[in-house]
Amino acid sequence: MAVLTDRPPAAATPTRRRHAGRSLVSRVLGYATLIFFGLVFLYPFVIQLGNSFKTEPDASANPLSPFPDPLSLAGFERIFAGTSFPLWLGNSLLVTVLVTAGRVFFDSLAGYALARLRFRGRAWLFATVVAVMAVPPVVLLIPKFLVLNQLGIYNSYTGLVVPLLADAAGVFIMKQFFESVPVSVEEAARIDGASVFRTFWSVVLPMAKPALITLTILSFQGSWNEFPHSLVAVQDPDLFTLPRGLADLVSGSLGKGSQYPLKLGAALLATIPVAIIFVVFQRYFVRDANDGSDKG
Amino acid sequence: MATEAPAARVTVRGDAPRRRGRGTRSNENLAGWLFVAPVIVILGLFLLLPILMALWVSLTDWNGQGSPFTRNVPFVGVENYTRLFAEDGLDRRDFMTSLRNNVYYVGIVVPVQTALALGLALIVNNRRLKGKGFFRSAFYFPSVTSSVAISVVFLFLFANSGAVNKLLGLLGVAGPQWFADPRGVLHLLLGALGVDQPPAALTGGGPFGLSWWDWLSGPSVAMVSIITLVVWTTSGTFMLMFLAALQNVPVALDEASTLDGAGRWQRFRYVTLPMIKPTMFLVVTLGLIGSWQVFDQVYVMSQGDPAKTTLTPAYLSYRTAFREFDYGSGAAISFVLFLIIIVLTLIQRRVMADRDPVDRPRGRWRRRVPERS
Repeated sequence: MAVLTDRPPAAATPTRRRHAGRSLVSRVLGYATLIFFGLVFLYPFVIQLGNSFKTEPDASANPLSPFPDPLSLAGFERIFAGTSFPLWLGNSLLVTVLVTAGRVFFDSLAGYALARLRFRGRAWLFATVVAVMAVPPVVLLIPKFLVLNQLGIYNSYTGLVVPLLADAAGVFIMKQFFESVPVSVEEAARIDGASVFRTFWSVVLPMAKPALITLTILSFQGSWNEFPHSLVAVQDPDLFTLPRGLADLVSGSLGKGSQYPLKLGAALLATIPVAIIFVVFQRYFVRDANDGSDKG
Repeated sequence: MATEAPAARVTVRGDAPRRRGRGTRSNENLAGWLFVAPVIVILGLFLLLPILMALWVSLTDWNGQGSPFTRNVPFVGVENYTRLFAEDGLDRRDFMTSLRNNVYYVGIVVPVQTALALGLALIVNNRRLKGKGFFRSAFYFPSVTSSVAISVVFLFLFANSGAVNKLLGLLGVAGPQWFADPRGVLHLLLGALGVDQPPAALTGGGPFGLSWWDWLSGPSVAMVSIITLVVWTTSGTFMLMFLAALQNVPVALDEASTLDGAGRWQRFRYVTLPMIKPTMFLVVTLGLIGSWQVFDQVYVMSQGDPAKTTLTPAYLSYRTAFREFDYGSGAAISFVLFLIIIVLTLIQRRVMADRDPVDRPRGRWRRRVPERS
């Protein structure tokens, strides 16, 4: 429909018909491509779900089929009875809650200061934050281990949590946000005699809700999925987080090429929290990748 | 930043009585430093300080026993670095192998993910299709999931009797044993052309301790499965960047060129592509930066095997330090990798800062996204 009205009315009828035919073909092709890639991107998850409920012989005989035959909960039973999965889950929850709370609080404090407060060395500090964002996490593996070791917090909850409590990217997001908010409200509060922290806490933060939600989601996702840090921060299996435990399950204790229903089930359970957050708060994810420009 | 600060200062100074001005000023100075203090402490202690410590360790032969900052630890100068480049031996061979593997990896991942991301963005941006929102989410979803969990799924997909080989079987192709197959793809192609034995000219010698034949292997079959996984997980993020750029292309421009008789390809080539050139550059450089950091997938899926063909500098530095307890060499490898990535980052920031300054804050905002992955 829209196609036809888009065309200038002066167009001759045969041309119009040819256009209509061509656009129908291109539409069918468009949907076919969408569906093809939709399958490519989603079917692995379908396979994961289906196979985690299979018996082991069934999973290796029919890996493509999403339907378990027979339906078996043996994999999940062994996840909870035969591995330390519940412990990893608890550790992951603890780390994620603490890290998310820490990042949201500290990053917005620093972001606010860099955006609004005038203090000596501010420009220099901000330049440092931008520089720090460029440090690739993967080259920090050995350095982080060295410092944790030196401080005596290697292999402890402290070592697992504290280094992640602030991140440069979060500071950057919050600074950008606070700069986009008009100054007038806080100035009024300040002139009324409220302290800097009071102004920040009860006037500025409530206005920053969208940015705080974005930061909460990014921190949650980041710390829930965090793998390299837990790899160099702890060694004791009692301190493993989910990704670490999962990696250990695959490459270590169970070995390769067996027990796929169990492994897929464990990976599935580790994916579910982020999947729920993604579905519920999707527009904040998209906003993050889309430079926050969509006002809709 | 520079544009807003002076304006704000003027208004505050104008409004506030002069007497209070000084008090507020020093008050803000203190508050400012208190506000940033936690972040400074954490980033300083766990990011900047460790880098300096590692720089020191890379100049020693520390084996993980005790503290690296005592006199008992032998200082070896730049030997850990020269061993990687100048001395013939296992260390150099491993390091060069890892560089070769990563170069092939980058050479495939970056073009493929860029093309796929652009293609997906073009389809999802098509005004005439319904349900685009759903597909956009579907394409993006893999990017937000745990790299470890996804690697587990792909281990299953690429298992010997896994889904990929079943699918290939339906097409009449016998799939390889993905994670046990160290054969280089280029070697396989040459083999298909009848070159079974490497030509003597290529096996005799070559730069940095690897023969020309080894340098020219291409990514191994095992590496191809890791490449597939990474392209699959990262394309969604880059698709969103292309999508944002495409939505900024004025519809009128597209329609005008249609009226001028431009075909679909011509419109893409001469209207759309020039308009999204900055984003294209951004995606390519972010891809280059990100793909030198591949670690999680290698750790979970292959641990550098088979025959070291999935070894990457990041994984090699980890293995050297934490498995072979040669922290000095491991740290040295990290710093060489750091240098590669920093050079790429500087190039990217330089070029992004040069082009359209109006768009600058948005460019920055976008820029941070894949650094998190």
